[in-house]
Amino acid sequence: MTSKPQFAGRSLFDLDDYSREEIMFILEAAKGMKEINLREYKKIPTLKGKTVCTLFIENSTRTRMSFELAANRLSADVVSFQSSISSLQKGESLQDTVYTLNAMGIDLYCIRHSSPGSPQLVNKYSGKPVINGGDGRHSHPTQALLDIFSIWEKLGDIKGLKITIVGDILNSRVVRSNLIGMGKLGAKVTVCGPKTLMPSNMESVYDCRVEYDLQRALKDADVVMGLRMQLERMTEGLFPSLEEYSKHYVLSKETLKYAKKNALIMHPGPMNRGVEILPEIADSNQSVIVEQVANGVAVRMALMFLILGGKA
Amino acid sequence: MKTLIKNANIFTQGKFIKGDIFIERKKIAKIGGTITVNADKTIDAKGACVLPGFIDLHSHLRDPGQTYKEDIVTGTLAAAHGGYTAVCAMPNTEPVTDNIASVEYIQLRAKDYGYARVYVVGAITKKLAGEEIAEMATMKAGGIVAVSDDGKCVQNARLMLSCMKYASNFDLPVIIHPEDYSLAGKGQIHSGKVATKLGLSSIPGLAEEVIIARDIMLAENTGAQLHIAHISTARSLELVKNAKDKGLPVTCEVTPHHLVLNEEANLTFDTNTKMKPPLRSEKDRLACVQALKEGLIDCIATDHAPHADFEKEKEFDIAPFGIIGLETAFPVLYKNLVQTGKISLNRLIEALTIAPAKILNLPGGVLAEGKIADLTIIDLEQETLFSVENILSKSKNTPWLNQFLPGRVMFTICNGNITYKDSESE
Ligand SMILES: [Zn+2]
Repeated sequence: MTSKPQFAGRSLFDLDDYSREEIMFILEAAKGMKEINLREYKKIPTLKGKTVCTLFIENSTRTRMSFELAANRLSADVVSFQSSISSLQKGESLQDTVYTLNAMGIDLYCIRHSSPGSPQLVNKYSGKPVINGGDGRHSHPTQALLDIFSIWEKLGDIKGLKITIVGDILNSRVVRSNLIGMGKLGAKVTVCGPKTLMPSNMESVYDCRVEYDLQRALKDADVVMGLRMQLERMTEGLFPSLEEYSKHYVLSKETLKYAKKNALIMHPGPMNRGVEILPEIADSNQSVIVEQVANGVAVRMALMFLILGGKA
Repeated sequence: MKTLIKNANIFTQGKFIKGDIFIERKKIAKIGGTITVNADKTIDAKGACVLPGFIDLHSHLRDPGQTYKEDIVTGTLAAAHGGYTAVCAMPNTEPVTDNIASVEYIQLRAKDYGYARVYVVGAITKKLAGEEIAEMATMKAGGIVAVSDDGKCVQNARLMLSCMKYASNFDLPVIIHPEDYSLAGKGQIHSGKVATKLGLSSIPGLAEEVIIARDIMLAENTGAQLHIAHISTARSLELVKNAKDKGLPVTCEVTPHHLVLNEEANLTFDTNTKMKPPLRSEKDRLACVQALKEGLIDCIATDHAPHADFEKEKEFDIAPFGIIGLETAFPVLYKNLVQTGKISLNRLIEALTIAPAKILNLPGGVLAEGKIADLTIIDLEQETLFSVENILSKSKNTPWLNQFLPGRVMFTICNGNITYKDSESE
């Protein structure tokens, strides 16, 4: 018997610091939260009197809304700080921003920032727990948790599942956190993409398989996740054109023949339909892409609830 | 001023001898044995070592232009605290040291207020812009000891060829900061496992290696004396070995941090582990230690790069590159390389003293009768807590903060004058 995991006051920088048991505990809690989201009156008084700040130095309306909705549904007060890195560079530092916000009595920060490691800084400057909502290309643990939740909900035990993630692995924070989380739960993960978009030493940094060929990567996969392909990588000389990328790496009926029948289809969004994934796949009944968004709110509610020590 | 140092362990002619040293008229008048003279000052150095004053080929004193980070007074004070009696000031100041007036400014400030000898390194190109050759000959007449665009790297090979030709014309060693911009990109740390894990943009070893390969070829072509600053990869060392085997006048330096830390130090996102070149892989680090031991790496230089707290206390990818190093170089290396048996104390001393002196043909670096009295007295047995309070540099950007380090500098004497004295000494 393991003791009940302790979350109160803890930060979530990445899934490294969370054990398998703790991750499972969060998923269980999220299950309860998801039920609340399905009610007609979607609000519980759990975090009344607590103040959550969404500190977004990099734009992401979707993620910010998900965090804010999660806080609202738990009846916490929500304040939102938005800025761009360039304006932050010009004037006030992150340190000063956090000191100012802290003076206003923030209990929990949810941060999105283009700099890896910035959630740790916010925690250091504020002394308050921080949930990482994405730091550069480093990590995106809440996205990984909602991905894992979505798989767990549909397929049950993660252990032994073959999961294939396809796309721009180099620039993806989603992949890095998912590799940690899925690895802890015993999945066998394969990452696939062109060599120019694959970081070095992947197999030794994470326990994963690297494939540059989509067919081989998809072979017998239980879960297939596509990643957004960004046009700017083309000008960085990492791939020649979206057309060529698509020809070799698109998730289509054709390519998914190699995966398991009814393999779960995922995408962290926003999608480039027709580039990394065809609509026939994105909208198929194998796809849980829309549900991932709903699960995101539930997972974030669970985390806020656990970290702020709310009473059910 | 006559100074007598009694009962010391003196490092002279490559070995330690017990005895006294007598300093008179800025020179070492007598060394070894028991010396009985009337001195103005007598220091009992019982239990301590007397070493030649350390010489740093690579310091950023930030003066003029960024004196909130450091200035010539605090920079040389930090040097003296670290046992250094001479530092070479890199030209990436504001304005850039690319003209005779700037050279004279530094020399005058150092002469009047410095706690160590300051040798000026002039720029290779005007404003370090990599576009036009700086007035090397005029600066040489004004006393510069080498040229460098340190912090920057001349990207245009044709221009670099001219610069080397011109420098060799005036017998000026060329110190390079090898970094190909197109390969380094916006990189923050070494291209390796840690960069993959942290998702930080990375700087491959190749960025350094291609410029070293290029500049060795240019040096061979022009006959210029080439000194490679802060070498950091195993592959770079291979290139230097080939050049040296050919008999080319190529030398290189390594920093204490590249000898002691590897990329894993970046895992904490501590911006005091962010430097250029970045901390490399363990394989690279071990290669540097081995090369230092064998003499393939000629000397150790600090790349003392002060930055203010408000600059370093930032997101990792926004914070500037560089750490201070003058006050920690010897203790950090003594602790991590000598006490662990990786290199000998003799080799460490040599790499901090005679080797750098030879590369730029500077006085000092040895303790012998008739030589200038530049020396430091260090108690190897004593440990000190390296904390913010006892750093004399204006900046505190160091990964060794709050660590106990061995080798307490008791006195530093430069040109016969005491430039640093430990508060507990006498
Ligand atoms: Zn440099």
